[in-house]
Amino acid sequence: MKRLLPNLLRLAALLVLIAFLVQPALFEPLLKPLVQANAPAVYNQGSLLSLTLSHLATVFAATLAATIVAVGLAILVTRPIGAEFLPLSRSLVNIGQTFPPVAVLALAVPAVGFGEKPTLIALFLYGLLPIFENAMTGLSTLPPAITEAARGTGMTAWQRLTRVELPLALPVILAGIRLSVVISLATATIGSTVAAKTLGEVIIAGLQSNNLAFVLQGGLVVAVLAVLIYDTFSALERVLSRRAGRI
Amino acid sequence: MIEIDSITKRYGETAVVDSVSMTIAPHTITVIVGTSGSGKTTLMRMINRLVEPTSGTILIDGADNRSIPGYELRRRIGYAIQGHGLFPHRTVAENIATVPTLLGWEKSRIAAKVKELLSLFQLDPAAFGPRYPHELSGGQQQRVGVARALAAEPNILLMDEPFGALDPVIRAKAQDDLLAIQKHFGTTIVLVTHDMEEAFHLADRIAVMDKGRIVQYAAPEEMLVNPATDFVETLIGAGERPFRLLSIGAVAEAAEAGEAEGEPIAATSSQRDALSALLWSGREALPVVGADGARLGRVTLAGLARRAARPQ
Ligand SMILES: Nc1ncnc2c1ncn2[C@@H]1O[C@H](COP(=O)(O)OP(=O)(O)OP(=O)(O)O)[C@@H](O)[C@H]1O
Ligand SMILES: [Mg+2]
Repeated sequence: MKRLLPNLLRLAALLVLIAFLVQPALFEPLLKPLVQANAPAVYNQGSLLSLTLSHLATVFAATLAATIVAVGLAILVTRPIGAEFLPLSRSLVNIGQTFPPVAVLALAVPAVGFGEKPTLIALFLYGLLPIFENAMTGLSTLPPAITEAARGTGMTAWQRLTRVELPLALPVILAGIRLSVVISLATATIGSTVAAKTLGEVIIAGLQSNNLAFVLQGGLVVAVLAVLIYDTFSALERVLSRRAGRI
Repeated sequence: MIEIDSITKRYGETAVVDSVSMTIAPHTITVIVGTSGSGKTTLMRMINRLVEPTSGTILIDGADNRSIPGYELRRRIGYAIQGHGLFPHRTVAENIATVPTLLGWEKSRIAAKVKELLSLFQLDPAAFGPRYPHELSGGQQQRVGVARALAAEPNILLMDEPFGALDPVIRAKAQDDLLAIQKHFGTTIVLVTHDMEEAFHLADRIAVMDKGRIVQYAAPEEMLVNPATDFVETLIGAGERPFRLLSIGAVAEAAEAGEAEGEPIAATSSQRDALSALLWSGREALPVVGADGARLGRVTLAGLARRAARPQ
């Protein structure tokens, strides 16, 4: 019952978002006061829906790649044979995080050209750290009695990893992915500066034509997406950690 | 048969197990006792190679335990870990099914085994099978841990303080079940405990460890009569000796010819239980009955007193 109200609010936010993306014209009266007399109040230089979908696709692809690499690295460095790679992996991932995405874009464009690719690279690098750190924590803080029991029952190293360690670390890994996704959702907007199809286009168009309504639309769509995805991940983590007996 | 030959485990400079040699006969229960930190768990874990020894060898049925991969060895040896170690993300039934699943048993066979073990440990399979470990009490978790160790019907069973969290009633039941299982399957059991009562009740032989060494390895009677060191004597508890002696023997051995009045005592009970019953009922003698209810004679206070005296 306690969760009912927030969930209703989330559902309402989702419905409004979908309505706005499918039928933006419906919202024109609301946005009209924000713009000068003749300026359009609803983004008119392309479909908001398709921009949103390609924004999500870009974030999804970058996060997927970051997850595979970061979790893979975390698995490697938490094995006895990979332990010596820990400092190196940490530095690599840290550099990915500290190097500003804008700078990555600037460097990537000459190499891979304009479009989605530089954005993917920037988001990928930027998203590694939270996933890596969380996966490391999740895999290295398992209760010793449980990992010992996994060995004691005769599981091979691979079986221990896939049947015990990863499932138990999953909630913590998901928390890392959640952070990474949310950061990427916001950061993806700057991809529009190098011609990636993202919601940044709407914001930039607004800035260029001094159209507050555009800026607001682009920003709000990203923000609502971020909140909804964040909450979905959190709920998933809760279910999984309850299952794992961690709460 | 487990032959441990001058096995040593060092962590840095300290030898936590210090050239221990002992032979564990097949189909027997060996109980390891000793103070906390004396190396009991470490010694036990070297048998299934959860810990690799610094030096020495362990032969299982004549074969070096390093002759097969560790994980294969461990599938053959049941291990009830100190503090149960259940997998929190798996149900009770899945936990118990761990080793049979690894061994590739058929589903129906696994399901039957899980059911059998849960019933054996007084856990209703329908109610407890689908639960997760955190939905169980400590004692229930511990019983599931033991059930998991038994699931693949191993020839050797290593148990590290398996009954520590059980209440006295269930503990007594679990001990008797263990004895029954051991008789039925002929399992070789190595069990660590801090409870001397438990040690004397279960053991064919007791090994006393102190600072990484075995100070005495002997049958319970022998240990009572001839404790090797003061440490062993303290551990046994000098005041408890006559009662421990009685707790080793069954009433059947103490039965004498003759009749007696009163509540009959089962021939399989321990002589110690018989003594309690005699003292509590205020009688000099009580009848002894077999499993089928037939009278086998009687047990007397005087007879038990003779048996409780230091053997000459
Ligand atoms: N991996 C390890 N590294 C360093 N020291 C260890 C390690 N494992 C155990 N020890 C030490 O070895 C000694 C024996 O440990 P062990 O677990 O065998 O004791 P135990 O007899 O089982 O004690 P308890 O009755 O408390 O379970 C202890 O002093 C412990 O601190
Ligand atoms: Mg121990």
